[in-house]
Amino acid sequence: MVSADVGIGLPVVLAKPFAGEAGGERRGAWQVLGEIMDPEVPVVSIVELGIVRDVREADVRISVTITPTYSGCPAMNAIAEDIGAAFARDGRVAEVVTTLAPAWTTDWMAPEAKLRLASFGIAPPRSPAPSSIDVTGISPLRRRSVAVACPHCGSMETSLTAQFGSTACKALYRCNACREPFDYFKPH
Amino acid sequence: MSAKGRPEREHRSAQHEGDLIRASFDAALHEYLLRLADSPLVLAQRLTGWVGRGPAIEEDIALANVGLDLLGQARMWFAYAGEVEARIGGATVARDEDTLAFHRDAPAFRNLLLVEQPNGDYAQTIVRQFLFDHAQWLLLARLQQSADARIGEIAAKTLKEVTYHVERSDDWVIRLGDGTDESHGRMQRALAALWMYTGEMFAADDVDTALADAGIAADPRVLQQPWLAAVDAVLDDATLARPQQANDQRGGRQGRHSEHLGHLLCEMQFLQRAYPDARW
Repeated sequence: MVSADVGIGLPVVLAKPFAGEAGGERRGAWQVLGEIMDPEVPVVSIVELGIVRDVREADVRISVTITPTYSGCPAMNAIAEDIGAAFARDGRVAEVVTTLAPAWTTDWMAPEAKLRLASFGIAPPRSPAPSSIDVTGISPLRRRSVAVACPHCGSMETSLTAQFGSTACKALYRCNACREPFDYFKPH
Repeated sequence: MSAKGRPEREHRSAQHEGDLIRASFDAALHEYLLRLADSPLVLAQRLTGWVGRGPAIEEDIALANVGLDLLGQARMWFAYAGEVEARIGGATVARDEDTLAFHRDAPAFRNLLLVEQPNGDYAQTIVRQFLFDHAQWLLLARLQQSADARIGEIAAKTLKEVTYHVERSDDWVIRLGDGTDESHGRMQRALAALWMYTGEMFAADDVDTALADAGIAADPRVLQQPWLAAVDAVLDDATLARPQQANDQRGGRQGRHSEHLGHLLCEMQFLQRAYPDARW
């Protein structure tokens, strides 16, 4: 069972769901979910992405709680459909529930998933993600961009092209060394 | 007779009074949620007007993504507004997010006048976004602590996205303000054109104050000074001057809009009005 009692704004890496104390059936459900890839980043599963928050099973019925990465993420409907289809193949019925709190953070992304992102050509998010909680000053709003390593050649000589790349969760960078453009999965 | 011997009629009357308070409170909450929903919805519609027409592919994509964030935010507020409608009038009259977005006329919209202003040139789009983003950031940061847990959750979720919007807007204001004579002039003109609508973001009416007193809403008046400080700092970096003109053009949050909103809604709502219940 994944614990979700995390204070807002305090990114915490959750206990790895595969290592849960539950018996064979629970393990099976997490395995099914672990094979569902994010539709827009097909090298990372939805479990590794950290958006599966809870799974409850009662015989053939399964309730899966997911949380959106971004409010307007157009992949959420596709993910919910993928979950339903994946369990349907095992003759089970999945209900997908959406939760908002605690808000998703890239700090929940599995370390091995970050490595896979890099080999896929997407620079992984740095961790911990910067906090946007401080309202007392103006400086937190004007965070300077930090160096991001090029996923192609490893150079730190990279620069931001645009705050948004091919999806809302990515920024567009270019490498000044190898000249390749690349996506940076934004810390969030 | 109640257990304590109170006459039944008096008991019922007290209960009725409680119901009335609850109903008027829900009505205020509903109004407030529409205000929270309509500004991001209308601004999202404006931003997506740049799709396929952005000055560069990166900007085309960026504005579409900011619009997408805002649309997602509007949907969450609408969903909650619909639930409050169900509480007030019952499930049969409650509207879902699509009905709220597509089947209300302009006077029923509660968005800020600022966000319905036309895209204009790129300077006007950037300045409109910049002025809104900073106010929105401060508002959501406050709403995270709302006594209404649902509002707090949505605010905490959306604040993270708006933080990126602020960063992006700041970068562009500085780049274009401290750019060429042409870009500087356009930015200064955009500021002059839009400044009159900024005061509305910090004006409170009875709905705001009643809910702020209950710890549910943020009193917009307290956001003005931090907003000015943040905006001034960026304008300074951008070598732009803050307009000195009055900024008290308001009414959008009460349903009194400029002519621009009607045109925007014509386009946004056309399909759902012409083909009710259309699905794709």
